[in-house]
Amino acid sequence: MNFRRKSCPNARALYNQNMSVLAVAEDVLRKYEPVIGLEVHVQLGTKTKIFCGCPVEFGAAPNTNVCPVCLGLPGALPVLSGQAVELAIGAAVALHCRVNPFSRFARKNYFYPDLPKGYQISQYDQPLAEHGYLAIFVDGAKKRIGVTRVHMEDDAGKSIHDGFKDSDRYSYVDLNRSGTPLIEIVSEPDMRNSDDAYAYATAMKQVMQYIGVSECDMEKGQLRCDANVSVRPRGTEKFGTKAEIKNLNSFRFLKMAVDYEIRRQVELIESGGRVEQETRLYNVETGQTVGMRSKEHAHDYRYFPEPDLVPLQVSEHWLHQVKSALPELPQDRRDRFVNEFGLRDYDAEVLTLTRAVGDYFEEAVKASGDGRATANWVVGDLMGLLKAAGKDIADSPVSAANLGELVALINKNELTGKLAKEILPKMFETGDSPRAIMEREGLKQISDTGALEAIIESVLAANPKQVEQYKSGKTAVLGFLVGQVMKASRGQANPGAVNELLRKRLG
Amino acid sequence: MSNVPPVPTLTIGRIREGLRRKEFSAVDVATATLEFAERENPKTNAYLTFSSERALEAANRVDDQIANGEHLGELAGVPLGVKDVIVTKGLRTTCGSHILEHYIPPYDATAVIRLEEEGAIVIGKLNCDEFAMGSSNENSAFGPVRNPAALDRVPGGSSGGSAAAVAQGTCVVSLGSDTGGSIRQPASFCGVVGVTPTYGRVSRYGLAAFASSLDHIGPFGRNVEDAATVLKVMAGRDELDSTSAFATVDDYGPLMKQDIKGLKVGLPKEYFAGLSADTDAIIRAATKKLEDLGCQVNEISLPHTKYAVACYYIICTAEASSNLARYDGVRYTLRSDSDTLSEMYRNTRGAGFGAEVKRRIMLGTYVLSAGYYDAYYLKAQKVRSLIAQDFANAFERVDAIVAPVSPFPAFKIGEKIEDPMSMYLSDIYTITGDLSGVPCMSVPCGQSPDGLPVGLQVFARHFDESTMFRLAWNFEQAMKS
Ligand SMILES: [Zn+2]
Repeated sequence: MNFRRKSCPNARALYNQNMSVLAVAEDVLRKYEPVIGLEVHVQLGTKTKIFCGCPVEFGAAPNTNVCPVCLGLPGALPVLSGQAVELAIGAAVALHCRVNPFSRFARKNYFYPDLPKGYQISQYDQPLAEHGYLAIFVDGAKKRIGVTRVHMEDDAGKSIHDGFKDSDRYSYVDLNRSGTPLIEIVSEPDMRNSDDAYAYATAMKQVMQYIGVSECDMEKGQLRCDANVSVRPRGTEKFGTKAEIKNLNSFRFLKMAVDYEIRRQVELIESGGRVEQETRLYNVETGQTVGMRSKEHAHDYRYFPEPDLVPLQVSEHWLHQVKSALPELPQDRRDRFVNEFGLRDYDAEVLTLTRAVGDYFEEAVKASGDGRATANWVVGDLMGLLKAAGKDIADSPVSAANLGELVALINKNELTGKLAKEILPKMFETGDSPRAIMEREGLKQISDTGALEAIIESVLAANPKQVEQYKSGKTAVLGFLVGQVMKASRGQANPGAVNELLRKRLG
Repeated sequence: MSNVPPVPTLTIGRIREGLRRKEFSAVDVATATLEFAERENPKTNAYLTFSSERALEAANRVDDQIANGEHLGELAGVPLGVKDVIVTKGLRTTCGSHILEHYIPPYDATAVIRLEEEGAIVIGKLNCDEFAMGSSNENSAFGPVRNPAALDRVPGGSSGGSAAAVAQGTCVVSLGSDTGGSIRQPASFCGVVGVTPTYGRVSRYGLAAFASSLDHIGPFGRNVEDAATVLKVMAGRDELDSTSAFATVDDYGPLMKQDIKGLKVGLPKEYFAGLSADTDAIIRAATKKLEDLGCQVNEISLPHTKYAVACYYIICTAEASSNLARYDGVRYTLRSDSDTLSEMYRNTRGAGFGAEVKRRIMLGTYVLSAGYYDAYYLKAQKVRSLIAQDFANAFERVDAIVAPVSPFPAFKIGEKIEDPMSMYLSDIYTITGDLSGVPCMSVPCGQSPDGLPVGLQVFARHFDESTMFRLAWNFEQAMKS
């Protein structure tokens, strides 16, 4: 039998409808305030499933990573994975949540072919953690988005509707994913536009990756996102009726879907209609959200405490252990970079986007002793080179120690900035240290007075006109002469020394 | 083989002795039991499946151990029947239901593994009420089981096959499951010993769930010692069942044989209302016997007993409605193919489940529904705590509690099947044990005037099976004389 969900009505009609929705005037839109909350599912990066020992592995042959527990066979019982709990606690702590010392699993009952037990084991009235927040930056302003709760649950399997010769009549089920550990992170309705939602989802992904809870690979379904969207007349308190939008498998689609949904609701209300509380699916093709099931058909999940699991107790000691094993959170690290190294906000932000880049930077600073200069080199030149080569910072041919050394050489006047800029690509190419390249290529700052004076003499001889100008009081021409000396020295001359010598010579 | 004593007279002790003296081999015992069981089974319909191959392999292993002078397990060569709600690898496990008629599990229940490791010989799978839901074994998709003591009567349920097989002698010991009395009531009806251990004492891994917070695996035997031995072997923490207890398991054998002089025994007054006159007389005689043995028997009160039936049928149906959702036609069950998914679910479950199972799924779905949860499920959980508290209070004053198992002895097949309410009410004395989680058992204590067995129910404190067995063993010895 085929159990694919009802297909969408014809695309042309939808397209037309879409256009009319997009026609909502901006001033009308501005009369309403959108209210957005997100539910983010993050797959915990455990080796095994949450309630059995099966490996969590993407792309294995269908129904090979399964056992009686995740197949829902008669008599099989769940056993909670300690590693999954630790990662979930880590996530909760990173989101500044209060981790409940006592939480409980509950069954969420519904029928679906890829849900082998006929219920999902989730948490309901006593979740793992509550009352947290995530800071986001939108247009340079910091905003705190409340995190209502973080709870653990198991994932369902996967239904496959296409690709088999009898796919017109049958659907297939792959239960490899069944029992994959997830956390669901429910936000407060604190977001007010799609930029907020985008920033929240992005920040969430960053934090989860940062603390090693999940790789958050959206293409593998490791991070999934549902949005609750409602609108209310600006200035009013009462929430409007919300629609839940599912199937948002990229942050770009999240933003587009939220924008679409806001317009749809505003248009509906403006034309005298009423927003229904319902689940809507985002259609990537049409860019629209389409009603899936209305309240009348809403699921009654018949939650009740899971009798096969004992309550989850998180002792102070355990909580402390997990906390102390957590790396510094990106936002804390960003603040520290600003305070400790005097970085600009933008550089601090870029240098904490991933844990790897932050670690690289800190290691480079150890060698350079100069945070600001090092930040400039990492954010500017190095990242440019990495981007051009399609490489990640973790695979950078320039080691953090070598980059730090390069900066130190400049600060010690052994290299000019210009020369350093020539050396870095060579370091990138060969992986050699800056000193090795300097020695090999004879690239060294010339501070020796005798050598510099010889170059200066030849430059003065070649530019008699400028020398005249200088002597007649146009001292601004000195810059030109310094530049000529630098050029003649292939950038190796110490600019400070050149300046001084030139002044003395032209005296 | 001719050296094997009559199969129905075998006990664990007799088999151990025979093997030690080389009177007979384990294969002799297994073969004789299988022959006897296959011949006698049509009378009772206790077995749904025989496992000759598995039994003979296991018996051969025991004989090899004997030949090699190796250490023998505590259950070496002991024929064991297993209720068909307990999964057995490669051996059909139907749960008494059409929906699992052809289901062959790929793994063994922990209890079965532990018993086989100690040398037990699995003879076959035993009939029961569908998914263990029933008190008469009439709800099996494979026909009712008849009571060996009176073939026109029910053996009780839901572990009717497990009790009948032990009573009939087609196995020495068996496994049953108890959610609301499904071990003790059939034990009482068939005149054998049936034990519901403390909740968490025996791993439920591999027991097809009916109501997870109430389900127990427990043993049947023809005497207290055999049942206790089986329990001892399979009891104890199992990493695969999060609700299994870490509590240490006593060596019941020597402990149960201490006397019971001075043991404080409570007689709950609420358990004597609505009792048939015959049963009442038999239970009173039994308590007199306990006094003769030196027990101090006193009336006690378990005041919330009257709410137990209502409380039980809310909790057990709620959990059942969820536990049975997995039988959906998608994977290993029967499937009624249909054009749409919801039709497939309806047809599969409509055709696969019997009337009682459907009734309980509907009740359970109802009590968990939005708007009803607080009034039913949540309230029932509170009542459950009160019932557990009743026992805790009582056990501050007494060491054990004795009571009837059932208001009446085995009834006629068909007599109550049309009246589910009266069937539910007949569980009244047994469900409190499951709701409170204390260990309890039925030990034969006499016969009604028309020769029907009656059991005495014994309760003890959580994890104090030793005291329960001690009382039951002393009583059993006294009944013999
Ligand atoms: Zn598994």
